[in-house]
Amino acid sequence: MNTGHKVRKFGIFAALPLAIFLVVLVLPFAQGFFLTFTNWNGFKYTEFAGIQNYTKSFQDDAFWTTLWFTLKFVIVSLVAVNVVAFGLALLVTAKLRSATILRTFFFVPNLIGGVVLGVIWQFIFNTALISISQRYSLPFFQESWLNETNTAFWALIIVTVWQSSGYMMIIYITGLISIEQDVLEAARVDGASAFRTLMAIKIPLMAQAFTISLFLTLRNGFMAYDVNVALTGGGPYRTTELISMHIFQDAFAFGNFGTGQSKAVLMFLMVATAALVQVSISKRLEVQR
Amino acid sequence: MKSQGRTFRKIVFAVGSVLSFAYVMPFVLVFLNAFKPKFDILENPLSWPKQLDWTNFQQAMEKMNFFRSLTNSVIITVISVSALIVFSSMLAFYLARTKTKFSKVTFLILVASMIVPFQALMIPFMSIFAQFVSLNNRAALVFFYIGFGVALSTFLYHGFISKIPMDLDEAAAMDGANDLTIFWKIMFPMLRPVTATVAIVNALWIWNDFLLPRLVLTQETQTLPLSTYLFYGQYSTEYGQAMAGLLLAVLPIIVFYLILQRQFISGISTGAVK
Repeated sequence: MNTGHKVRKFGIFAALPLAIFLVVLVLPFAQGFFLTFTNWNGFKYTEFAGIQNYTKSFQDDAFWTTLWFTLKFVIVSLVAVNVVAFGLALLVTAKLRSATILRTFFFVPNLIGGVVLGVIWQFIFNTALISISQRYSLPFFQESWLNETNTAFWALIIVTVWQSSGYMMIIYITGLISIEQDVLEAARVDGASAFRTLMAIKIPLMAQAFTISLFLTLRNGFMAYDVNVALTGGGPYRTTELISMHIFQDAFAFGNFGTGQSKAVLMFLMVATAALVQVSISKRLEVQR
Repeated sequence: MKSQGRTFRKIVFAVGSVLSFAYVMPFVLVFLNAFKPKFDILENPLSWPKQLDWTNFQQAMEKMNFFRSLTNSVIITVISVSALIVFSSMLAFYLARTKTKFSKVTFLILVASMIVPFQALMIPFMSIFAQFVSLNNRAALVFFYIGFGVALSTFLYHGFISKIPMDLDEAAAMDGANDLTIFWKIMFPMLRPVTATVAIVNALWIWNDFLLPRLVLTQETQTLPLSTYLFYGQYSTEYGQAMAGLLLAVLPIIVFYLILQRQFISGISTGAVK
């Protein structure tokens, strides 16, 4: 292949997509990182500010509230979504005649965008459940769960599990199906109980599915925005703001572009670290089997 | 032994039924209340509507500008997804077939970029781009979707193309076919399973995306998710209308899913395992 041909091939196949990728993703990323070290106000900057934006971010009490809330949300949703999703996958692969219909039911919430989900569930928590529990005198939902920080947290978890467990279920189903029948047959002949088979054979043999699903739920947890905005809107009193929404508010509602972007850079570092740690741990477990 | 298996099955079936009921309940509520006037909803959200009342739907359609929003969503999704298919399959072909340091590094950068959250880009994004171009148009949005989506799609294609033997393209090149012919006539048809995955994963994301259109678009160019946000704010007490609006907003994607169910499921599982 001569040079002219190489250049032409690059021009035809790669130049345009790479240029768009550069303009849309790489440049704003680099620019955003650079701007956190200036006194940028959203339009221009006049001088360098060192790490001032970062120190200011850490002095912001609301940011700490958000960080703890986000951390709690990421951990709880990670566990809840994966436990439920794995359970659903076992259920759907249990050779029921209704398996396909069940799978559809579990998956459908996933087709719907976070805002629509948020609005539906807001109606459920604020109106439907209250009216139902008053009618039948149930104790749990007399007051809207969205009015109080603690219950609003669980409302966010419920909706997140409802929305994303179906997707993770598909990943686990793929893992479960990929296990060879011979192995399961051998375990059955040896008289292994269903629980034993699950723990000693199925789970180790589908470790890759866990790696993927944990990675996705981790990332989704940190990046959750739509459901947060549409379900709690950060209320009451900004106590249920996840980091994504906090950054949005800081920059676009309060005009703090410098700290907003610094927090976004910190968020990126958190996601990247958490993802790397999780994937390397999971990979090690995968190899060990 | 046999009867034990049967009881076990019955239990599994019961658990499955209860759970699936919990999963569809929110949709049932939306459906039931979309046909009711406000008073009936407040009285009992679980009751069957007294009559088939379409007023909520009419009003919701008007407020959401339903057909315009639907058209915008369809146009934006279809163009973005098609562009992503063409661009990323070609890019992946280039990166997988030219074994240079440049293509290796480029591929690594693409993969690494997938953990960059959109939130880390949106602020510079808005203030930088807004200075040069008017962002409020669908073309700009499509452009952004290509930029954000190209990494994952290229990654998916790359994995598949790497498994196709090089002999194939070499044989075609011997016969005098040029690069474009090799790609479109020989390679691309073989990529069909990945193309389905790429199409479905991206279509779901773009169709439902809220944050980016919220930053970029205004009223006339708004997409369906943006139009439903109306029901969150000022109309939040018009429950019936909101429910009708939500039903209208989710109907297209659910119908689409039910038609292409098999492709959806296999698309997601191949996409995830890669």
